Amino acid sequence: MKKEDIPQHDGALNKLTREMVYAVDSNGQYTTALSTGWEVKATALDVAWEDIELRIAAARQKVLNKEASPLLFFMELRLMDTGIVSAYTGFWNWQVKRHLKPAIFEKLSENKLQRYATAFNVSVTELKTMEVHEG
Amino acid sequence: MKVNFEHLQAAHCENGVTTNLLKTIGIRNMTEPMVFGIGSGLFFIYIPLLKINNGPAIAFRTQPGLIFKRTCKSLGIPVVRKKFSSRPEAEKFLMECLEQGHPVGCQVGVYYLSYFPKEYRFHFNAHNLIIYGKEGDNYLVSDPVMEEVTTLTSYELERVRFAKGALAPRGQIYYPKEQRVITDDQVRKAIVTGVKRNVRDMLHIPGGFAGVKGIAYTGRKIKKWRDKLGLHKAGLYLAQLVRMQEEIGTGGGGFRYIYGAFLQQAHAFHANDALLDISRTFTQAGDLWRTSAVQAAGIYKGRIGSQEDFNTMGDYLIEIAEIERKAFEALAKIKWHS
Repeated sequence: MKKEDIPQHDGALNKLTREMVYAVDSNGQYTTALSTGWEVKATALDVAWEDIELRIAAARQKVLNKEASPLLFFMELRLMDTGIVSAYTGFWNWQVKRHLKPAIFEKLSENKLQRYATAFNVSVTELKTMEVHEG
Repeated sequence: MKVNFEHLQAAHCENGVTTNLLKTIGIRNMTEPMVFGIGSGLFFIYIPLLKINNGPAIAFRTQPGLIFKRTCKSLGIPVVRKKFSSRPEAEKFLMECLEQGHPVGCQVGVYYLSYFPKEYRFHFNAHNLIIYGKEGDNYLVSDPVMEEVTTLTSYELERVRFAKGALAPRGQIYYPKEQRVITDDQVRKAIVTGVKRNVRDMLHIPGGFAGVKGIAYTGRKIKKWRDKLGLHKAGLYLAQLVRMQEEIGTGGGGFRYIYGAFLQQAHAFHANDALLDISRTFTQAGDLWRTSAVQAAGIYKGRIGSQEDFNTMGDYLIEIAEIERKAFEALAKIKWHS
């Protein structure tokens, strides 16, 4: 890439910083310059987030239909898979999968619910109702 | 309290942390490309079956931590590296380092990294930054991908140092142990070691999922994505590929340019003009990675999406694999004089 071809588009990172990029100057020598972003990259990130929003909405509907426990909703909301939930809560992977069933989730002790609530950074009430109040 | 430290921005976090930490022990001629090349940072792997964020698991770099480790080892610099199971112990050790005047590298997760924009905060645990002081409850943070320095409260820092999941940092801290002087001869040798190791990783790694073979393998896979996954999901997969390829902290196209810059700088130590030719080949590879990203974007934006478009996309990767294979074969043939 030539230095003058470094894209200067908008991107999510732009709010925080410009990125450093390596490119060649007119003599073919490598040099560095700052870039505000690249539209191709910004769209890739947008596409990923659109998909996450869809997954969150689908999970919420499943919980409302009693096809899954609120865990599913919070896993999508916090971008976690069962492995990550297991690492943050100390539950085994198979326990997390079991707790995804509404009937089993409803019988969980306050203590166990608190472990999930902490991992998702919400209160136990928010965990049960899926109503999250965030700044 | 503030340790004497100079923040310099880099394209990639671990390169930047390594370069900036080496400056703290008096080594000022190690640039980001030199560190990347000596640490044999260029890589490619597609891990089949494994899913990350519901998409394919692809990496364009070596395993986290290796660039620092290999660079220091090649230059004969002793390193301190520690992981912790106890959070108070981890903070105590960090404070001791700062009190002794050592800025330290920390591995962190980005999910809770408060200064990052929300859009960037996935569960990615191999980000690196430097802590160079503490004022009140705020740690002074040099994140090499940023133009300016920043801060994290002790709570925020603890949370990112103890992020959980794949590649969990477990409070990992590292720094070069003492002041050193390195000779040009050491640098010359380190360059040779770094290049040979990178040739091995890209050309001779067993299995078909890594190195240049892995790039071609991914290209062949992509051609099947449309039928196998449907257009929507195939688009999401391509978006993930591009993010892994071009995003900060990972960078794929960008890594080829850094490697090209490394070969130019290596020429100052080994006056072999083949290095300059091969540098141009890496520039060409980087350019083609970017062209492929534009093609991918056409698909995930929904502007194009026929099987023919997926074939073109796959063929780009197959072509890149061939260019990089030739470049590394040329590097393997170089006669080094030292």
